[in-house]
Amino acid sequence: MSRDISDSLQEQVLAAANAGTPLTIHGGSSKAFLGNTSSCDTATLLDVSPHSGIISYEPVELVVTARAGTPLKELEQALAAQGQMLPFEPPHYGDNATLGGTIACGLSGPRRPFAGSARDYVLGVKLINGRGEILQFGGQVMKNVAGYDCSRLMAGAMGTLGVLLEISLKVLPIPAAEQTLVKTLDASRALKTMNELAGQSSPLSAISYDGQQLYLRLCGTETAVASAAKCLGGEKLDKDTDFWNRIKEHRHAFFQHPLPLWRLSVPATAPLLDLPGQWFIDWAGAQRWLITDSKAERIRQLVSEQGGHATAFRNATNETDRFQTPEAGVMLLHTRLKQAFDPKGIFNPGRLYADLQQE
Amino acid sequence: MNTEQDKSINKLAPTLDKRALYTELTRILPADSVLFDEEDLHPYECDALSAYRQLPMIVVLPNTIEQVQAIMRLCHQHNIPVVARGAGTGLSGGAMPLGDGIVLSLARFMSVLNIDPLARTAVVQPGVRNLAISEAVKPFGLYYAPDPSSQIACTIGGNVAENSGGVHCLKYGLTVHNIQKVKLITVDGELLTLGCDALDSAGYDLLAIINGSEGMLGVVVEVTVKLTPLPDRAQVILAAFDDIEKAGSAVGEVIAAGIIPAGLEMMDKLAIQAAEDFVHVGYPTEAEAILLCELDGTNEEVSEQILTVRKVMRDCGATEVRTAKDEEERQAFWKGRKAAFPAVGRLAPDYYCMDGTIPRKHLPFILRRMAELSKQYDLPVANVFHAGDGNLHPLILYDANNPGELERTEEFGGKILELCIEVGGTITGEHGVGIEKLKQMHIQFTTEELQQFHALKHAFDPKALLNPGKAVPTPRRCSEYRQLPNQAQQAHCDGEHE
Repeated sequence: MSRDISDSLQEQVLAAANAGTPLTIHGGSSKAFLGNTSSCDTATLLDVSPHSGIISYEPVELVVTARAGTPLKELEQALAAQGQMLPFEPPHYGDNATLGGTIACGLSGPRRPFAGSARDYVLGVKLINGRGEILQFGGQVMKNVAGYDCSRLMAGAMGTLGVLLEISLKVLPIPAAEQTLVKTLDASRALKTMNELAGQSSPLSAISYDGQQLYLRLCGTETAVASAAKCLGGEKLDKDTDFWNRIKEHRHAFFQHPLPLWRLSVPATAPLLDLPGQWFIDWAGAQRWLITDSKAERIRQLVSEQGGHATAFRNATNETDRFQTPEAGVMLLHTRLKQAFDPKGIFNPGRLYADLQQE
Repeated sequence: MNTEQDKSINKLAPTLDKRALYTELTRILPADSVLFDEEDLHPYECDALSAYRQLPMIVVLPNTIEQVQAIMRLCHQHNIPVVARGAGTGLSGGAMPLGDGIVLSLARFMSVLNIDPLARTAVVQPGVRNLAISEAVKPFGLYYAPDPSSQIACTIGGNVAENSGGVHCLKYGLTVHNIQKVKLITVDGELLTLGCDALDSAGYDLLAIINGSEGMLGVVVEVTVKLTPLPDRAQVILAAFDDIEKAGSAVGEVIAAGIIPAGLEMMDKLAIQAAEDFVHVGYPTEAEAILLCELDGTNEEVSEQILTVRKVMRDCGATEVRTAKDEEERQAFWKGRKAAFPAVGRLAPDYYCMDGTIPRKHLPFILRRMAELSKQYDLPVANVFHAGDGNLHPLILYDANNPGELERTEEFGGKILELCIEVGGTITGEHGVGIEKLKQMHIQFTTEELQQFHALKHAFDPKALLNPGKAVPTPRRCSEYRQLPNQAQQAHCDGEHE
């Protein structure tokens, strides 16, 4: 369904800006669990989901532009019909996921270390800032350095800088062939193997480790995949065609657990960390999921020592502080940027950091 | 081209004169690292957009992070504008000095600090040349993917400032896709780390806005780059066409066949002939256009794709399709393309390199309009084109010694950029706005959008001391511009500030 409600969204933002009342931006609410619980009880819901539809898609240009409320499923189906895909393999986390929420949360799936992240594929956005102005940044071309790259800044900003209206993304062809291989390895061997393989010219498109087995996904031309599979060895995972989807969508058995789920973003070469709990390693070592009841301070201390950061992703026991806070000087830039885009502090207060509004 | 440094900013008055500033700077740096005499300042008066020159007050050449911090603190305290500079290969005047400011050269930050082959990263200082990174990591089977044409000379710090591209962007991305972390010194001298050694960092993606920020947000003093495994094999196909529109459609068909080439370049007849005359690599000089299509990856992948691409080229009407038979011939095919700018430069006393990006489907229209404009302005134009990603580099040939010809060239160039906007493209794909395209920024962006850019700039640099007057025109001029009813008055308005 295609519908343009930017006028109505703009009116609501203007009204909120004038009254100084906060807005909770939402699309399909599939990722409402992510981030801090809103620090504000008086927030009004701003529903972007009716603002929907693909505006332009020309497969040969490798670019698609769609309204933020477009269901991610609909978008991916339209691309697949032309043999193309979103290369960052975004998680949906629910049937109602929208494009806007996908970009605002900035999450990427198993292909991330080989193909790039959500932010990497953003070419342009149209948004409403906190002054109620409709602004357009970037565009529908691959290379564009006119003005600051405000579009990529929106990826992962959790809706705290603006209401996304339209997003243009680079898309890529779906590889002709795919093959997953499984090898049984201990954890430290697995980690070493991941990094060695990622440094070679090969058609690898995902590597993960579930604690016992290393999963290698090859994508490319038929002959390239066949030849690489022969070279890498291991058992072919032919029956389970849904494996990577279950990892991406957290439907894999590992993720079905009542304890807090942490996302540790660390250098791929970081050693196994001394934290109790259950581990699942994805992104060829760079994204590690941990189910644990360890204290946030302990987790963040160890992760920071490795040069990474930790997010309390699901089942968090704390209402705030779910994203790791950057160093003071960088945090100051955050508050100033928030001020620059949303001077009244009306968008998703507290969702990213509780104290973004203070300076 | 917009010739002005924007002088309408509400500038804070510097509180030190040249002599006093020199004295203060020599407390931070050895005397031979502070250039003061006019003859020493001349090499810094312009970047590669050499039609515009301005002597800075002083040039400093620090070689430690602490020195840069101290310089920034001093300049911040005394309201001295600072223009950071790498190798000065920029094509948009982004590193052009300010007469009442200093140039902060990063040329002495030349070390590769660390290479981690397993993590596929290298930590380098900003003055390290782009190509030197790939050379340093080659023994590990790795390279740094973005390869701007100036890669022999340009530095990684400048690449970050411009978000430089190159031939391999469609497949391997721009600078922003290949930088993992930077150390940045803020306008008031604080050292910050943006990005991290993981694949993402907490909070806003500040690294994304630093790339391409043209030295307006901070001074980059260290860069961690991502390295890419060298492909097992790379092979290039040269296809000749008797009609440039056929070549254009072949580009789309290659992509429609599900192939993302490592490089996909187009040259028009004038560029082909100039390159052939210059480097003699056997280009088909009778062709209206050639495409160079490079495929890389594993051996099997490349073999399969070569067959597909050859067929696509023939189906699209190529008059000749050659596959480089060995590495030597592959290098020769590329040599012509890489030498295209200097080769075209031999055809006239001066040339002016443009840099718009368009959705590829509009290429025939743009080429037709450009040919018409070329007649209208009576100036020849050669076309070199990163066809895969829609990035055009028309080269306008002129002679600056002929009165009025530079002005005519600039007007012609401006028209090309406006055409790019008209078809939904952008005024700059990889060269930056600098001082060159300030005027066209008004056409590409609304007043509100430009004001948002200024608000962003203000978040990093409240006193507007970092490369002031570049990249984003001031909102005051925008509002004047918007209120004016017709173009004649608009030209008048812009002229006022020049």
